[in-house]
Amino acid sequence: MSFLELEDLTLRHGLLEAVHGVSLELGEGEVLALVGANGAGKTTLLRGLAGAHRPAAGRILLDGRDITRMPAYKRVHIGIALVPEGRRLFANLTVEENLRVAACNPGRGHWTLERVLEAFPMLGPLRRQRAATLSGGEQQATAIGRALMTNPRLLLLDEVSLGLAPIAIEAVYASLKAVLAEGTTVLLVDQDFTRAAAIAHRVVCMLEGRFVLEGKGSELTREQITEAYFGLGRTVETTA
Amino acid sequence: MNWVNDVIQGILLGGYYGIIACGLALMFGVMRIINLAHGDIAVLGAFLMYLLLQHWSVSPFIALLPVLPTMILFGYVLQRLVLQRSLRAGILTPLLATFGLSIVIQNALEQSFGPDVQSLGGQAGSLVTAAWRINSQISISALGGLTFGAAVAVYAALQLYLSRTPSGRQMRASAEDPDTAELVGINSRAVYARATAIAIGIATLGGLALALRSTFSSYSGPDQLIFAFEAVVIGGLGSSLWGALLGGIVLGVAQTIGSQINPEWSVLSGHIVFLLVLISPRGGLLTLRSGRRAPASLPQAGT
Repeated sequence: MSFLELEDLTLRHGLLEAVHGVSLELGEGEVLALVGANGAGKTTLLRGLAGAHRPAAGRILLDGRDITRMPAYKRVHIGIALVPEGRRLFANLTVEENLRVAACNPGRGHWTLERVLEAFPMLGPLRRQRAATLSGGEQQATAIGRALMTNPRLLLLDEVSLGLAPIAIEAVYASLKAVLAEGTTVLLVDQDFTRAAAIAHRVVCMLEGRFVLEGKGSELTREQITEAYFGLGRTVETTA
Repeated sequence: MNWVNDVIQGILLGGYYGIIACGLALMFGVMRIINLAHGDIAVLGAFLMYLLLQHWSVSPFIALLPVLPTMILFGYVLQRLVLQRSLRAGILTPLLATFGLSIVIQNALEQSFGPDVQSLGGQAGSLVTAAWRINSQISISALGGLTFGAAVAVYAALQLYLSRTPSGRQMRASAEDPDTAELVGINSRAVYARATAIAIGIATLGGLALALRSTFSSYSGPDQLIFAFEAVVIGGLGSSLWGALLGGIVLGVAQTIGSQINPEWSVLSGHIVFLLVLISPRGGLLTLRSGRRAPASLPQAGT
């Protein structure tokens, strides 16, 4: 039995079907990178896993337990945490309050305020600052830290490097390594393929709501990815 | 010297307005619900205390002890059963729901207690008549002082709750962004129910203050709502917790000074100050002071 299982999961935005019946198995401790162009359905899929978007069809199983209809806050309690696209920090709360407000499941993991501040050293001096005053990289670190405060077993990271300066991306990824060392299962979405593939065990490429390519990060060639990313081969097939 | 007394009396009156405005501001700040039944709920609390005092001859403050938890529970259930459902249908539906609730409460009170005007001042003993005489022109009534003290205590307690307790932090997070709050494990519905329970508990304190200092009837609610609403708007529409108390004080001072100029101008001058603040370019005292900042509880755009 795998840790996380998706069975024919379909997600819709009104009439638009963003994710078409995808299936996936993820083992405990695995790191999976999800790549794809804008509008491929990556963010919708992640939000569906976190409970922020109700699936139209299909099932989500965690440890074999059906959690498809479980509300988002309860999924956090069983160990699913999402770092949403655009960070979505509580702007008027301080960094420390943003972290503390997410503190739950203290018995399960060992992430505490002190441990998070250790993993993200840049946050230490900013503890008492309002989140609205932070730079993009600091906000991203706070958002990841906030998700860690829930002691997740499955961490969903959406567009961690989007809109960040290269040096900030460097710092965020360096801190992520500490998280990966804990053996947390991670599902990562990033535009920066090279970086994502470097830390992932497996890469899945999404195109128009479907999984079109899957493989080990080290085994996939750049051409394969480019083709799947833009759907080059598929376009030829359908027009022919 | 008379003016000094007017201002002092106005500030004390503002304490009362601050108490009734507090719950209204809390519900607006956390859930964007304008509770049109807020005044009627305060009056409902006053009638429950009146009912108890019909059977027991105790102090109204003793009557508050069973009524306060009852009203807090009422608030919790009201949120869970009525307001939470109406919130799903957009911002207008809770407004209609509370408008309906207001009518229901008024009519239920008239059915049960009749149209007569009541007061609990008689049962409160010497508290209502006692006063500290500062000099020949200035005296502070014990009740006014107590009400103002209670108002400051209520705001300070709420401030401590919101900034220091995990539950208060959850409330601020949900107020800012309920969807993201759910993603960090916060049950927004439970938080909302807590907010309404607190708001209605504070409204009950306002009901007691009203019943002691003045009279009330089944239809007193809307007047209290207007004063509470004016205090909230003058204070800057939930952009700061203490704004509603400050707004209440401004309203109270405007009313006492207005009545000093001409007894008929008391309520009118309060309304005029409210309208002036409303049409002023910044709108709201505390928003004026802290620059043009978005209300603390509005979800931040573009994130």
